[in-house]
Amino acid sequence: MATVLVVTSGKGGVGKTTSTAALGAALAQQGQHVVVVDFDVGLRNLDLVMGAERRVVFDLINVVQGDAKLPQALIRDKRIDTLSLLPASQTRDKEALTAEGVARVIGELREKFDWVICDSPAGIERGAMLAMRHADAAVVVTNPEVSSVRDSDRIIGMLDAKTAKAEKGERIDKHLLLTRYDPARAARGEMLNTEDVLEILSIPLLGIIPESEDVLRASNLGTPVTIGSPNSVPAKAYFEAARRLRGETLVVTVPAERRGLMGRLFGRRAVA
Amino acid sequence: MNLLGLFRRRNSAPVARERLQVLLAHERAFVGKSDLLAVLQEEIIAVIARHVTIERERVQIKLDRGDPISILEIDVEVPSAAAAAALREARPAMAGG
Repeated sequence: MATVLVVTSGKGGVGKTTSTAALGAALAQQGQHVVVVDFDVGLRNLDLVMGAERRVVFDLINVVQGDAKLPQALIRDKRIDTLSLLPASQTRDKEALTAEGVARVIGELREKFDWVICDSPAGIERGAMLAMRHADAAVVVTNPEVSSVRDSDRIIGMLDAKTAKAEKGERIDKHLLLTRYDPARAARGEMLNTEDVLEILSIPLLGIIPESEDVLRASNLGTPVTIGSPNSVPAKAYFEAARRLRGETLVVTVPAERRGLMGRLFGRRAVA
Repeated sequence: MNLLGLFRRRNSAPVARERLQVLLAHERAFVGKSDLLAVLQEEIIAVIARHVTIERERVQIKLDRGDPISILEIDVEVPSAAAAAALREARPAMAGG
Protein backbone atom coordinates (compact mmCIF):
# COMPACT_ATOMS: atom_id res chain seq x y z
CA MET A 1 0.00 0.00 0.00
CA ALA A 2 1.64 3.19 -1.21
CA THR A 3 1.87 6.33 0.85
CA VAL A 4 1.64 9.71 -0.84
CA LEU A 5 3.65 12.21 1.16
CA VAL A 6 3.71 15.94 0.50
CA VAL A 7 6.69 18.01 1.62
CA THR A 8 5.36 21.49 2.16
CA SER A 9 5.96 24.69 4.15
CA GLY A 10 4.25 27.74 2.75
CA LYS A 11 7.42 29.75 3.06
CA GLY A 12 10.18 29.44 0.48
CA GLY A 13 13.80 28.66 1.17
CA VAL A 14 13.20 26.59 4.29
CA GLY A 15 14.52 23.34 2.83
CA LYS A 16 11.60 21.56 1.14
CA THR A 17 13.53 20.39 -1.89
CA THR A 18 16.62 19.41 0.09
CA SER A 19 14.44 17.50 2.54
CA THR A 20 12.44 15.81 -0.23
CA ALA A 21 15.70 14.57 -1.78
CA ALA A 22 17.19 13.47 1.54
CA LEU A 23 14.03 11.75 2.86
CA GLY A 24 13.39 10.12 -0.51
CA ALA A 25 16.95 8.84 -0.69
CA ALA A 26 16.89 7.71 2.95
CA LEU A 27 13.70 5.68 2.43
CA ALA A 28 15.13 4.16 -0.76
CA GLN A 29 18.39 3.34 1.03
CA GLN A 30 16.21 1.45 3.54
CA GLY A 31 14.92 -0.69 0.66
CA GLN A 32 11.66 1.14 -0.06
CA HIS A 33 10.59 1.92 -3.61
CA VAL A 34 10.44 5.69 -3.79
CA VAL A 35 9.57 8.32 -6.37
CA VAL A 36 10.16 12.01 -5.69
CA VAL A 37 7.89 14.29 -7.72
CA ASP A 38 8.69 17.95 -8.37
CA PHE A 39 5.53 20.08 -8.36
CA ASP A 40 7.32 23.40 -8.80
CA VAL A 41 6.21 24.02 -12.37
CA GLY A 42 8.30 26.68 -14.06
CA LEU A 43 11.02 26.62 -11.40
CA ARG A 44 12.09 23.04 -11.08
CA ASN A 45 15.07 22.32 -8.86
CA LEU A 46 14.61 18.86 -7.45
CA ASP A 47 16.44 17.49 -10.52
CA LEU A 48 19.44 19.64 -9.65
CA VAL A 49 19.47 18.64 -5.98
CA MET A 50 19.14 14.99 -7.00
CA GLY A 51 21.96 15.32 -9.53
CA ALA A 52 19.74 14.32 -12.46
CA GLU A 53 19.51 17.69 -14.21
CA ARG A 54 21.37 16.50 -17.28
CA ARG A 55 19.05 13.58 -17.81
CA VAL A 56 15.63 15.24 -17.87
CA VAL A 57 13.75 14.34 -21.04
CA PHE A 58 10.06 14.44 -20.14
CA ASP A 59 8.32 15.90 -17.13
CA LEU A 60 5.18 15.83 -15.02
CA ILE A 61 3.24 18.02 -17.44
CA ASN A 62 4.21 15.84 -20.43
CA VAL A 63 2.72 12.89 -18.54
CA VAL A 64 -0.35 14.84 -17.39
CA GLN A 65 -1.01 15.92 -20.98
CA GLY A 66 -0.34 12.49 -22.44
CA ASP A 67 2.73 13.51 -24.48
CA ALA A 68 4.78 10.90 -22.65
CA LYS A 69 4.03 7.76 -20.72
CA LEU A 70 4.97 7.64 -17.07
CA PRO A 71 7.87 5.14 -17.52
CA GLN A 72 9.38 7.43 -20.17
CA ALA A 73 9.41 10.41 -17.84
CA LEU A 74 10.68 8.68 -14.69
CA ILE A 75 14.42 9.07 -14.14
CA ARG A 76 15.96 6.19 -12.24
CA ASP A 77 18.65 7.25 -9.77
CA LYS A 78 22.10 5.99 -10.77
CA ARG A 79 23.21 5.38 -7.18
CA ILE A 80 20.14 3.76 -5.64
CA ASP A 81 18.02 1.72 -7.98
CA THR A 82 14.83 1.88 -5.90
CA LEU A 83 14.78 5.68 -6.20
CA SER A 84 13.19 7.57 -9.10
CA LEU A 85 12.49 11.18 -9.97
CA LEU A 86 9.59 12.72 -11.86
CA PRO A 87 10.79 16.22 -12.76
CA ALA A 88 8.69 19.36 -13.09
CA SER A 89 8.34 21.23 -16.33
CA GLN A 90 10.67 24.16 -16.80
CA THR A 91 8.91 26.53 -19.11
CA ARG A 92 5.32 25.62 -19.64
CA ASP A 93 2.16 27.24 -18.53
CA LYS A 94 1.20 26.38 -14.95
CA GLU A 95 -2.42 25.91 -16.00
CA ALA A 96 -1.30 22.79 -17.84
CA LEU A 97 -1.20 21.00 -14.51
CA THR A 98 -4.83 19.93 -14.21
CA ALA A 99 -6.47 18.46 -11.13
CA GLU A 100 -7.67 15.42 -13.10
CA GLY A 101 -4.27 14.89 -14.71
CA VAL A 102 -2.49 15.03 -11.38
CA ALA A 103 -5.00 12.59 -9.87
CA ARG A 104 -4.34 10.13 -12.70
CA VAL A 105 -0.56 10.39 -12.45
CA ILE A 106 -0.57 10.01 -8.65
CA GLY A 107 -2.82 6.98 -9.09
CA GLU A 108 -0.33 5.41 -11.52
CA LEU A 109 2.60 6.20 -9.22
CA ARG A 110 0.80 4.57 -6.28
CA GLU A 111 0.82 1.29 -8.19
CA LYS A 112 4.56 1.37 -8.86
CA PHE A 113 6.05 2.69 -5.63
CA ASP A 114 5.85 2.38 -1.84
CA TRP A 115 6.35 6.12 -1.39
CA VAL A 116 5.28 8.98 -3.64
CA ILE A 117 6.93 12.10 -2.25
CA CYS A 118 5.59 15.36 -3.67
CA ASP A 119 7.89 18.37 -3.38
CA SER A 120 5.53 21.33 -3.09
CA PRO A 121 6.31 24.78 -4.48
CA ALA A 122 6.38 27.63 -1.95
CA GLY A 123 3.26 29.67 -1.46
CA ILE A 124 -0.39 28.67 -1.23
CA GLU A 125 -1.27 28.90 -4.91
CA ARG A 126 -2.46 26.26 -7.32
CA GLY A 127 0.81 24.29 -7.50
CA ALA A 128 1.04 23.96 -3.72
CA MET A 129 -2.62 22.96 -3.52
CA LEU A 130 -2.18 20.29 -6.21
CA ALA A 131 0.95 18.94 -4.53
CA MET A 132 -0.95 18.32 -1.28
CA ARG A 133 -4.23 17.32 -2.89
CA HIS A 134 -3.77 13.52 -2.84
CA ALA A 135 -1.48 13.25 0.17
CA ASP A 136 -1.98 10.64 2.86
CA ALA A 137 0.64 12.33 5.02
CA ALA A 138 2.52 15.61 5.10
CA VAL A 139 5.93 16.73 6.18
CA VAL A 140 5.75 20.38 7.20
CA VAL A 141 9.24 21.82 6.86
CA THR A 142 9.77 24.68 9.29
CA ASN A 143 12.70 26.86 10.30
CA PRO A 144 12.84 28.04 13.91
CA GLU A 145 11.96 31.54 12.83
CA VAL A 146 8.75 33.57 13.20
CA SER A 147 7.65 33.92 9.57
CA SER A 148 8.30 30.26 8.81
CA VAL A 149 6.29 29.11 11.85
CA ARG A 150 3.42 31.39 10.89
CA ASP A 151 3.36 30.08 7.30
CA SER A 152 3.56 26.49 8.53
CA ASP A 153 0.51 27.13 10.67
CA ARG A 154 -1.44 28.28 7.64
CA ILE A 155 -0.30 25.26 5.63
CA ILE A 156 -1.38 22.93 8.44
CA GLY A 157 -4.81 24.53 8.26
CA MET A 158 -4.94 23.88 4.52
CA LEU A 159 -3.84 20.27 4.93
CA ASP A 160 -6.82 19.82 7.26
CA ALA A 161 -9.27 21.49 4.89
CA LYS A 162 -8.23 21.31 1.24
CA THR A 163 -6.85 17.81 0.73
CA ALA A 164 -8.90 14.98 -0.77
CA LYS A 165 -8.62 13.06 2.52
CA ALA A 166 -9.77 16.03 4.58
CA GLU A 167 -12.76 16.55 2.29
CA LYS A 168 -13.78 12.94 2.89
CA GLY A 169 -13.61 13.61 6.61
CA GLU A 170 -10.42 11.58 7.03
CA ARG A 171 -7.34 12.61 8.90
CA ILE A 172 -4.08 13.44 7.20
CA ASP A 173 -0.92 12.62 9.18
CA LYS A 174 1.16 15.72 9.68
CA HIS A 175 4.80 15.68 10.74
CA LEU A 176 6.99 18.60 11.67
CA LEU A 177 10.50 18.65 10.27
CA LEU A 178 12.53 21.38 11.89
CA THR A 179 15.35 22.38 9.55
CA ARG A 180 18.28 24.80 9.67
CA TYR A 181 18.32 24.39 13.40
CA ASP A 182 21.27 26.03 15.09
CA PRO A 183 21.62 24.49 18.57
CA ALA A 184 24.04 27.16 19.75
CA ARG A 185 21.72 30.01 18.86
CA ALA A 186 18.71 28.21 20.30
CA ALA A 187 20.67 27.64 23.54
CA ARG A 188 21.52 31.32 23.69
CA GLY A 189 17.88 32.21 23.22
CA GLU A 190 18.49 33.89 19.88
CA MET A 191 16.35 31.43 17.99
CA LEU A 192 13.05 29.74 18.75
CA ASN A 193 13.80 26.38 20.31
CA THR A 194 12.18 23.06 19.49
CA GLU A 195 9.68 23.22 22.37
CA ASP A 196 8.54 26.69 21.29
CA VAL A 197 7.83 25.57 17.73
CA LEU A 198 6.18 22.31 18.79
CA GLU A 199 3.97 24.09 21.28
CA ILE A 200 2.82 26.62 18.71
CA LEU A 201 2.20 24.20 15.83
CA SER A 202 1.21 21.16 17.94
CA ILE A 203 1.95 18.47 15.39
CA PRO A 204 4.33 15.57 16.09
CA LEU A 205 8.03 16.06 15.48
CA LEU A 206 9.58 14.03 12.67
CA GLY A 207 13.11 15.26 13.14
CA ILE A 208 15.47 18.14 13.69
CA ILE A 209 17.97 18.87 10.95
CA PRO A 210 20.80 21.10 12.08
CA GLU A 211 22.11 23.89 9.90
CA SER A 212 25.05 22.15 8.29
CA GLU A 213 27.67 22.52 5.66
CA ASP A 214 27.11 18.88 4.76
CA VAL A 215 23.66 19.88 3.47
CA LEU A 216 25.07 22.73 1.38
CA ARG A 217 27.72 20.42 0.02
CA ALA A 218 25.06 17.85 -0.88
CA SER A 219 23.23 20.41 -3.03
CA ASN A 220 26.46 21.55 -4.65
CA LEU A 221 27.28 18.01 -5.67
CA GLY A 222 23.74 16.92 -6.55
CA THR A 223 24.00 14.08 -4.06
CA PRO A 224 21.38 13.88 -1.30
CA VAL A 225 23.14 14.16 2.06
CA THR A 226 22.11 10.62 3.09
CA ILE A 227 24.03 9.27 0.08
CA GLY A 228 26.97 11.69 0.02
CA SER A 229 27.68 11.99 3.75
CA PRO A 230 25.70 9.15 5.35
CA ASN A 231 27.48 9.49 8.68
CA SER A 232 26.98 13.23 9.07
CA VAL A 233 24.62 14.62 11.71
CA PRO A 234 21.98 15.80 9.19
CA ALA A 235 22.07 12.48 7.31
CA LYS A 236 21.51 10.57 10.54
CA ALA A 237 18.60 12.86 11.36
CA TYR A 238 17.07 12.19 7.92
CA PHE A 239 17.58 8.43 8.28
CA GLU A 240 15.79 8.53 11.63
CA ALA A 241 13.02 10.68 10.18
CA ALA A 242 12.58 8.09 7.40
CA ARG A 243 12.27 5.32 9.99
CA ARG A 244 9.68 7.35 11.89
CA LEU A 245 7.72 7.80 8.65
CA ARG A 246 7.71 4.03 8.34
CA GLY A 247 6.09 3.78 11.75
CA GLU A 248 9.02 3.22 14.08
CA THR A 249 9.00 5.02 17.38
CA LEU A 250 12.35 6.65 18.03
CA VAL A 251 13.20 9.38 20.48
CA VAL A 252 14.06 12.59 18.62
CA THR A 253 17.46 13.84 19.60
CA VAL A 254 18.00 17.58 19.64
CA PRO A 255 21.32 18.12 17.89
CA ALA A 256 23.75 19.09 20.60
CA GLU A 257 26.65 21.40 20.18
CA ARG A 258 29.03 18.76 18.97
CA ARG A 259 31.50 21.05 17.37
CA GLY A 260 35.07 20.47 16.42
CA LEU A 261 37.90 22.91 16.20
CA MET A 262 36.42 24.89 13.32
CA GLY A 263 33.04 25.08 14.99
CA ARG A 264 34.59 26.40 18.18
CA LEU A 265 36.59 28.98 16.31
CA PHE A 266 33.52 30.13 14.43
CA GLY A 267 31.45 30.09 17.61
CA ARG A 268 33.92 32.33 19.41
CA ARG A 269 34.10 34.71 16.50
CA ALA A 270 30.33 34.92 16.32
CA VAL A 271 30.06 35.77 20.01
CA ALA A 272 32.90 38.27 20.01
CA MET B 1 39.02 15.32 10.50
CA ASN B 2 38.18 19.00 10.54
CA LEU B 3 40.99 19.94 8.21
CA LEU B 4 39.85 17.19 5.88
CA GLY B 5 36.28 18.41 6.24
CA LEU B 6 37.31 21.94 5.38
CA PHE B 7 39.19 20.73 2.33
CA ARG B 8 36.24 18.71 1.13
CA ARG B 9 33.88 21.60 1.61
CA ARG B 10 36.08 23.86 -0.43
CA ASN B 11 35.89 21.28 -3.17
CA SER B 12 32.15 21.25 -3.64
CA ALA B 13 31.64 24.81 -4.92
CA PRO B 14 33.60 24.30 -8.17
CA VAL B 15 31.50 21.20 -8.84
CA ALA B 16 28.35 23.25 -8.29
CA ARG B 17 29.68 25.93 -10.62
CA GLU B 18 30.42 23.46 -13.38
CA ARG B 19 27.06 21.71 -13.05
CA LEU B 20 25.26 25.03 -13.26
CA GLN B 21 27.28 26.19 -16.26
CA VAL B 22 26.45 23.08 -18.26
CA LEU B 23 22.80 23.12 -17.22
CA LEU B 24 22.22 26.81 -17.87
CA ALA B 25 24.00 26.70 -21.25
CA HIS B 26 21.49 24.05 -22.31
CA GLU B 27 18.49 25.77 -20.76
CA ARG B 28 19.29 29.11 -22.38
CA ALA B 29 19.76 27.47 -25.74
CA PHE B 30 16.44 25.68 -25.43
CA VAL B 31 14.25 28.55 -24.25
CA GLY B 32 10.98 28.35 -26.17
CA LYS B 33 11.96 24.97 -27.57
CA SER B 34 10.95 22.90 -24.58
CA ASP B 35 8.95 20.62 -26.88
CA LEU B 36 11.97 19.62 -28.92
CA LEU B 37 12.31 16.20 -27.35
CA ALA B 38 8.60 15.47 -27.64
CA VAL B 39 8.72 16.48 -31.31
CA LEU B 40 11.82 14.35 -31.89
CA GLN B 41 10.13 11.40 -30.26
CA GLU B 42 7.03 11.73 -32.41
CA GLU B 43 9.00 12.00 -35.64
CA ILE B 44 11.39 9.18 -34.81
CA ILE B 45 8.52 6.89 -33.86
CA ALA B 46 6.72 7.79 -37.09
CA VAL B 47 9.77 6.95 -39.21
CA ILE B 48 10.37 3.61 -37.49
CA ALA B 49 6.67 2.71 -37.51
CA ARG B 50 6.69 3.13 -41.29
CA HIS B 51 8.97 0.11 -41.55
CA VAL B 52 8.36 -2.05 -38.48
CA THR B 53 5.55 -2.50 -36.03
CA ILE B 54 6.37 -0.98 -32.66
CA GLU B 55 4.59 -0.07 -29.49
CA ARG B 56 4.73 3.55 -28.39
CA GLU B 57 5.18 2.58 -24.76
CA ARG B 58 8.25 0.53 -25.64
CA VAL B 59 10.25 3.53 -26.79
CA GLN B 60 12.64 4.96 -24.21
CA ILE B 61 14.41 8.25 -24.80
CA LYS B 62 17.36 9.04 -22.59
CA LEU B 63 19.41 12.17 -22.55
CA ASP B 64 22.70 13.08 -20.93
CA ARG B 65 23.41 16.77 -21.32
CA GLY B 66 27.10 17.40 -21.21
CA ASP B 67 29.93 19.57 -22.28
CA PRO B 68 31.21 19.43 -25.01
CA ILE B 69 28.70 16.81 -26.17
CA SER B 70 25.31 15.53 -25.12
CA ILE B 71 24.12 12.01 -25.70
CA LEU B 72 20.63 11.32 -26.95
CA GLU B 73 19.85 7.65 -26.56
CA ILE B 74 16.75 6.09 -28.09
CA ASP B 75 15.79 2.53 -27.23
CA VAL B 76 13.11 1.05 -29.45
CA GLU B 77 11.86 -2.41 -28.64
CA VAL B 78 11.18 -4.18 -31.91
CA PRO B 79 8.94 -7.19 -31.45
CA SER B 80 9.52 -10.49 -33.26
CA ALA B 81 7.58 -11.13 -36.50
CA ALA B 82 4.94 -13.21 -34.72
CA ALA B 83 4.51 -10.69 -31.93
CA ALA B 84 4.31 -7.90 -34.48
CA ALA B 85 1.52 -9.71 -36.33
CA ALA B 86 -0.39 -10.12 -33.09
CA LEU B 87 0.13 -6.44 -32.37
CA ARG B 88 -1.13 -5.44 -35.80
CA GLU B 89 -4.27 -7.43 -35.20
CA ALA B 90 -4.79 -5.97 -31.76
CA ARG B 91 -4.11 -2.42 -32.80
CA PRO B 92 -4.39 -1.85 -36.54
CA ALA B 93 -3.84 1.87 -36.11
CA MET B 94 -0.30 1.39 -34.88
CA ALA B 95 0.73 -0.97 -37.68
CA GLY B 96 3.44 0.23 -39.97
CA GLY B 97 3.50 -0.05 -43.76
